[in-house]
Amino acid sequence: MAETALAPLPGRTTRRIRVATSVTIVVAVALAVLIVPPLAQLDQQAVDLSNKLHPPSWAHPFGTDDVGRDLLLRCVYGLRVSLLVGLVAALTATVIGTAIGALAGSFGGWPDRVVMRIVDTLSSIPHLLLGIFIVAMFRPGVWPVIISVALTHWISTARIVRSEVLSLRSRPFIDAAVSGGASRVRVIVRHLLPGVLPQAGLAAVLMVPHAMWHESALSFLGLGLPAHQASLGNLVQSARGSLLAGDWWPTLFPGLFLIIPTLALAGIAGAWRDRINPRRKSELML
Amino acid sequence: MLELTRITAGYDRRAPVVRDVSLIVGHGEAVGLLGPSGCGKSTLAKVAALLHRPDAGTMTLDGTVVRGWRHRAPQEQRTAVGVVFQQPRLSADPRLSLRELIAQPLRSTGRRREVPARVAELAPLVGLSAELLERRPHAVSDGQLQRACLARALVLRPGLLICDEMTAMLDASTTAALVAVVEAYRAESGAALLAVGHDRVLLERWCDRTVRWGERNAESVPLG
Repeated sequence: MAETALAPLPGRTTRRIRVATSVTIVVAVALAVLIVPPLAQLDQQAVDLSNKLHPPSWAHPFGTDDVGRDLLLRCVYGLRVSLLVGLVAALTATVIGTAIGALAGSFGGWPDRVVMRIVDTLSSIPHLLLGIFIVAMFRPGVWPVIISVALTHWISTARIVRSEVLSLRSRPFIDAAVSGGASRVRVIVRHLLPGVLPQAGLAAVLMVPHAMWHESALSFLGLGLPAHQASLGNLVQSARGSLLAGDWWPTLFPGLFLIIPTLALAGIAGAWRDRINPRRKSELML
Repeated sequence: MLELTRITAGYDRRAPVVRDVSLIVGHGEAVGLLGPSGCGKSTLAKVAALLHRPDAGTMTLDGTVVRGWRHRAPQEQRTAVGVVFQQPRLSADPRLSLRELIAQPLRSTGRRREVPARVAELAPLVGLSAELLERRPHAVSDGQLQRACLARALVLRPGLLICDEMTAMLDASTTAALVAVVEAYRAESGAALLAVGHDRVLLERWCDRTVRWGERNAESVPLG
């Protein structure tokens, strides 16, 4: 069975379908979170106790929660908050990580050693724990969550960027730039950073789903956003009690809203990674 | 022009590649440095090009004692030495077109206004057409890329040119063309040359004098 020994690479068509699905989902999600809130006729926070825990129906496609709020609307609002937190946190983390990694890699010597020992120390602490510690220092809100996720997620990017910079730094073309009179800053900005930007961009996109999950985890633990604000973590958290009574919809729909968009984002990032890697190799021709 | 005195250099202090080597290149002189592979000639060339700090020894460039290497050397001192490396593929930033490659030293030293004129002047000298100038390194041959690298080394009109096995990867006709470009530049500017290589025939014909990295006592031979 020689053919089955090696799993065949997914064909071009399969990959295209996968990317197309991911892109469609991400576009749909983006439209939904941008368009639905201003158009919605119901108030997502409107409590209707006579209508509580209704299973999905035409009036409420996702059902209602334990105080009678429309779950579809809550989910869209929750996704909006989670996406915003994910995007801003991932971008901030990438900027911090790229800056630290590029500086450590291009200076080398003792600054590099000090920074990398700090990175090692930070990554030896579970980052959710560190994140909890950071949010606990602020009042609940969107910004503490963003800060907490950003400050705990730059580490992997810093490592990636540093190792890329280290491998680029010893190439003769950097020697040639130094010999041509380029300053330290110019070498970093013109020759080292452009080489690592694709990797850093990819790390940022891969980090968005991760950051969304992190936000949900913090909210689920009651440390993230204030309880009245819809976020996917808060929704799942408040649905916990009714799940035991057999009401599945308040948990299922926010859960799907978290899983499907994050998988779609990860799918796009994966396709992008496959695209840049072979091209980079042929460009450098090593 | 260039005076290296008792240079010890390498990548590990306990096991230096170059030990106690001295070398002098006079004004306008062309010196060939011959030696077998792995003897440390390229390391010595990097020291002379201010790209590698030696562990011991002194270096004088155009009458000034060199106090720092790489970014610790002042810009004027670094740009007074032009370098061409052995492998053009590795010494060209893969993102830049050949035109940008040649222009980089001008841009680094804040002389961007001279770029069009200087590139237009150098390109025909090294034999690069206007069409080739717009291509990126992956779309040209080693020989064409090395021509661009030579143009880059000459663009700031250095007083000393260091060619580290410049022609090792090239065929005979490209070698002849590049050597002719270097010689034409030297004749016109009076620049000195340090050519490193292991092709004895080439270096003896090219240079005013060649010094051999003695195999007998490679560790402490006063060269030149």
